[in-house]
Amino acid sequence: MRKVSRLSRFNIASLALGLAFLYLPILILVIYSFNDSRLVTVWGGWSLRWYREFFSDRAMIEAAWMSLRVAVSSATIATLLGTLAAVALSRGARFRGRTLFSGMLYAPLVMPEVITGLSLLLLFVALNAERGFWTVTFAHTTLTMCFVAVVVQSRLGSLDRSLEEAAMDLGCNPVRAFVAVTLPLIAPAIVAGWMLAFTLSLDDLVIASFTTGPGSATLPIRIYSEVRLGVKPEINAICTLVIALIAVVIVIASLASKLSSSQGESAAPL
Amino acid sequence: MTDELPRTDAAADAAGDVRPAAGQPLLRIEGVAKTFGSFRAVDGVSLDIKAGEFFALLGPSGCGKTTLLRMLAGFEAPDEGRILLGGKDIAQALPHERPINMMFQSYALFPHLSVRDNIAFGLKRAGMARADIATRVSEMVALVKLEGLEKRKPDQLSGGQRQRVALARALARRPQLLLLDEPLAALDKKLRESTQGELMELQRRLGMTFIIVTHDQEEAMTMASRIGVMKAGRLDQVASPRELYEAPRSRWIAEFVGDINLFDAEFKLRDGHRLVIGTGGAGTLVVAEPREAVGETRFSVAIRPEKVKLSRRGPVSEAGRETAINRLDGVIADICYLGGTTTYKVKLDTGGMLQASVANSARLDVDAYSLNQNVVAWFTPDDCVLLPS
Repeated sequence: MRKVSRLSRFNIASLALGLAFLYLPILILVIYSFNDSRLVTVWGGWSLRWYREFFSDRAMIEAAWMSLRVAVSSATIATLLGTLAAVALSRGARFRGRTLFSGMLYAPLVMPEVITGLSLLLLFVALNAERGFWTVTFAHTTLTMCFVAVVVQSRLGSLDRSLEEAAMDLGCNPVRAFVAVTLPLIAPAIVAGWMLAFTLSLDDLVIASFTTGPGSATLPIRIYSEVRLGVKPEINAICTLVIALIAVVIVIASLASKLSSSQGESAAPL
Repeated sequence: MTDELPRTDAAADAAGDVRPAAGQPLLRIEGVAKTFGSFRAVDGVSLDIKAGEFFALLGPSGCGKTTLLRMLAGFEAPDEGRILLGGKDIAQALPHERPINMMFQSYALFPHLSVRDNIAFGLKRAGMARADIATRVSEMVALVKLEGLEKRKPDQLSGGQRQRVALARALARRPQLLLLDEPLAALDKKLRESTQGELMELQRRLGMTFIIVTHDQEEAMTMASRIGVMKAGRLDQVASPRELYEAPRSRWIAEFVGDINLFDAEFKLRDGHRLVIGTGGAGTLVVAEPREAVGETRFSVAIRPEKVKLSRRGPVSEAGRETAINRLDGVIADICYLGGTTTYKVKLDTGGMLQASVANSARLDVDAYSLNQNVVAWFTPDDCVLLPS
């Protein structure tokens, strides 16, 4: 029973201003993606012309496909590694240097992307790796793994330890107890972590441009290079599609994490 | 007689174990110790538990009782000592290898499983046949009176219902030993009292061995047939509730279990089977000679508040004159009305403060004393307990 309080006029005004600040540019972009005119700033009536243009633009479609593949594979690897790290940090015995380890795990959260990108580029060059799909995927995995670890670890931290003990008491060995009890309970957090990693990878420009090679541009790189030659309304259409995809993913992720936290509240009184 | 339900525990049968009959030794704890870092949580505890017993581990928080229980369940391994269950050392066995189940303080119900699946969880792991599991689950549901709630999830249950699910889940595997970690701590007072009775009834009917951990001395006294009082990792006294209350072995136990009047005392002279002692605060008292001689000349004397009688002029009957040797004059300094009883604090003329608990046996307050009233507090030599100080 949450108390519904009425918003004051001041609150409404500040909310409207804040939302306008955040979403007005995006709204304009979306509206102009349906513009029939060749000039971005001149309104020429409603049309789906630029969407058709995009779907017949081979290079652009290839970049989008590349981005999707990178996002899915890096998110999957990051989720696997991040979950393992979170489990080790919150469930493992208090090993020496644990604080240092968790600090190192979270460092990429605050590391400037230019540094991450540059250091990865130097690594790939040193390893003499051919830059392309896999280098971008690995780079994005290092970027997004810590986000997954944070999400999963917070869920693990709120989980009653005695749940696993109860499972062991009732005949499970430690691995079975984890699979039968812990995994289903942290699954929503794992899903949310994957979604987060996916969107982060999808919209990353800096790290991708450091670590990608010729002929394997991701969508943000492609868009950025197009824009430098002048903004075509086609870009608006692509951006609108990306926004729609990310919005869907974020809604699913937040639903998943909401489900996750409501399940964790089973100890609360009715 | 003690065992009405058939013993068909798949896990136990597979292990080929034989359950000791009621009254036979079941569990032996030998010099068990556990250290966390530099903190010695359990410090050399030895204890024997018989089959069919309802045993309570009582102590303040941090006394090591929960650690001891967790060592019995297998969540902690003892650093020293042995834990023998039916003659077999299980001290280093993992939790799932022991025919012991535990009911957790938080209940630890699996939130993603229904009541039925929670209860069936341990049976599935034991490899029981589907039909047998269904039978056992409905048996358990009936046992803890949860009929009709089988499909609910734990967060759709009240606190009391959750407690029952946790109990049914722990009982379902028919463990040789059931451990209960503060099982009633989360319930309100009324529910706690009725649940105490149900737990005792259940334990008697199943003939199972229960070990309960609690910090609530009333709960331990009500339910357990024997109580072990723990303090700073050690078992201070193991005794029946009555013995613990009437013949505590130390000053600390006397104060921990129930209310008590304590005075520092000094031996003066012996008069047959009576000792005359001098106290600070309550003057000279005559006490019965203790069964075990108190070695030192300085000790404490303890009198339970309900053993202290109050009167306006002192005892008058012949019988009273003979036994009521200890007569102390004083003034009522404080009155605490508790419904069934009233606790008076009497400021003695000799300087001490004495608590007297008087049953309110009549509805009208003709017997009640008022503040600042002069009274005589009296008790017999047998009501006094001598304790090493």
